[in-house]
Amino acid sequence: MRQKISEYIIESAIKLSGFVIIGFVILIFLFLLKDALSLFGTYSAGKFLFGTNWLPISEPPKFGMIPLLLGSIYVTFGAILICVPLGVATALFIAEVAPRSIKQILKSLVEILASIPSVVLGFIGIIWLGPFLKTTFGLTTGMCGLTGSLLLAFMALPTIISISEDALVSVPRTFKEAAYGLGATKWQTMWRVMLPAASSGIIAGVMLGIGRVIGETMVVLMVTGNAPVMPTSILQPLRTLTATIAGEMGETVSGSEHYYALFTVGLVLFIITFMINFGADLSLRKARQ
Amino acid sequence: MKNFAKTREKIAFTMLGLATFIVVLPILLTIYYVVSNGSPAVTWEFLSKGPTNGMTEGGIFPAILGTVILIIGTMVCSLPIGILSAIYLVEYAKDNLFTRLIKLSVVNLSGIPSIVYGLFGFTLFVVFFRLGTSIVAGALTLAIMSLPVIITATKEALESVPNTYREISLSLGATKWQTVRYCVLPYAIPGILTGTVLSLSRAAGETAPILFTVAAFYLTQLPHSIFDQVMALPYHLYVISTQVPNMPTQISFATGFVLIALVFVMNLFSIILRGHYRKKKQW
Repeated sequence: MRQKISEYIIESAIKLSGFVIIGFVILIFLFLLKDALSLFGTYSAGKFLFGTNWLPISEPPKFGMIPLLLGSIYVTFGAILICVPLGVATALFIAEVAPRSIKQILKSLVEILASIPSVVLGFIGIIWLGPFLKTTFGLTTGMCGLTGSLLLAFMALPTIISISEDALVSVPRTFKEAAYGLGATKWQTMWRVMLPAASSGIIAGVMLGIGRVIGETMVVLMVTGNAPVMPTSILQPLRTLTATIAGEMGETVSGSEHYYALFTVGLVLFIITFMINFGADLSLRKARQ
Repeated sequence: MKNFAKTREKIAFTMLGLATFIVVLPILLTIYYVVSNGSPAVTWEFLSKGPTNGMTEGGIFPAILGTVILIIGTMVCSLPIGILSAIYLVEYAKDNLFTRLIKLSVVNLSGIPSIVYGLFGFTLFVVFFRLGTSIVAGALTLAIMSLPVIITATKEALESVPNTYREISLSLGATKWQTVRYCVLPYAIPGILTGTVLSLSRAAGETAPILFTVAAFYLTQLPHSIFDQVMALPYHLYVISTQVPNMPTQISFATGFVLIALVFVMNLFSIILRGHYRKKKQW
């Protein structure tokens, strides 16, 4: 009897924890939404969504998120241009070309990269990469979008490489054998057969990488120069959605318009990353079928 | 014709190798750069004393201690929920809407930016539950963030236990929970441990979630209770490399080195653990 009761308790806890996971997502959404709606009580949603000035301490304050959104898009786009080709090429190399012994070393190195804390990369951006880019390209400042893009590309690589590599390895061997049987070279097989067959998985990896880049905070806070202006070039200081929250939250008064505006920025980020991850998940599911 | 294809293959493979080299070289350089510049300043004094003179001298002991406390707190909060919900997904869940919602939630949790966790932790734990900026608030925030990794790793570990184990146990008259407890969990423990250590090493390096929930700029005293603030390694590195003027870079490098070393040791531990149990595995 006692056993039955304890079993009932533990099984209830197991079922409950499933609910708790869903609960967390709903809680996060609701708490962000609550404070975002408080902003729209006094500040128009249109001005927030389409305003081109982010001036939280001017009189009257302006909370137009377009400069921040563009900042995020600039930095992300720059990072994607760098890390997608490099990541997919590296995945191809690890999966198909590299000898077995080197394969393991390369995979461990990628795992090591994934584990380096972002604040350390931000520090390296400040102390080395920023000044290096400044002198090499003759920029007015090294703390700009490009420095952020390079570091973010570096951070997104492990996600893209490991998921793409998984996708390539899980392509059925018969595909390869059929191509070889028809007289194709190894490269022709990789390019014409393996890549298309693994495309869903690779796309999922790229999307997860993009999600990581958009959500990354410390690196962009430390190296992009923190200028909440409409960016015109990636070589200028700019500021992303994430860096704005991290940089300004400490200065706001709880319950002020500025405070609520930062939560609204958080809600925007939540929605963007939700859509990206949902898309990536659909793509992964397609890849597994 | 054949020759032409062969030449193209050579060119393509060279390009792929070059791309891999471009990816790998900065990884090695980064580590070499931090280790070579940081290690000379890492002395026993640096590890065991607090910062002095506006943080430009002295050590980082309070930050190390704070990070260790946060790791332990995160583990205590996230492990039970993470493991139980993975057990639910693998052993109990039927393929219905509810299960799909849980899976979608896990995917979504893993994608939420760390700074959004920071905001959420601040409104829910610091403000709503009136915990203040404290170890509890920070550990709970990091715990929710670590859940997806723990759940995914536990799920994989449970799924890798052969179904025959369950069938034999059930056929001998064991109940569902007895089967899970005695015939599935013991074999999944290594996988669960590996995933847990990995997720904790990530939590240890995170800065954004602790910005508003627990991290302190500078404290003269070590924490007395779980409702105190602490200093933390990643936040400390952020502060000294951006907010403190005339900071000797040697100290920043040394702090970065200690942080990387901590994370690597945790990762290494999980890899060794995985290898050790994989050898023992007999199916």
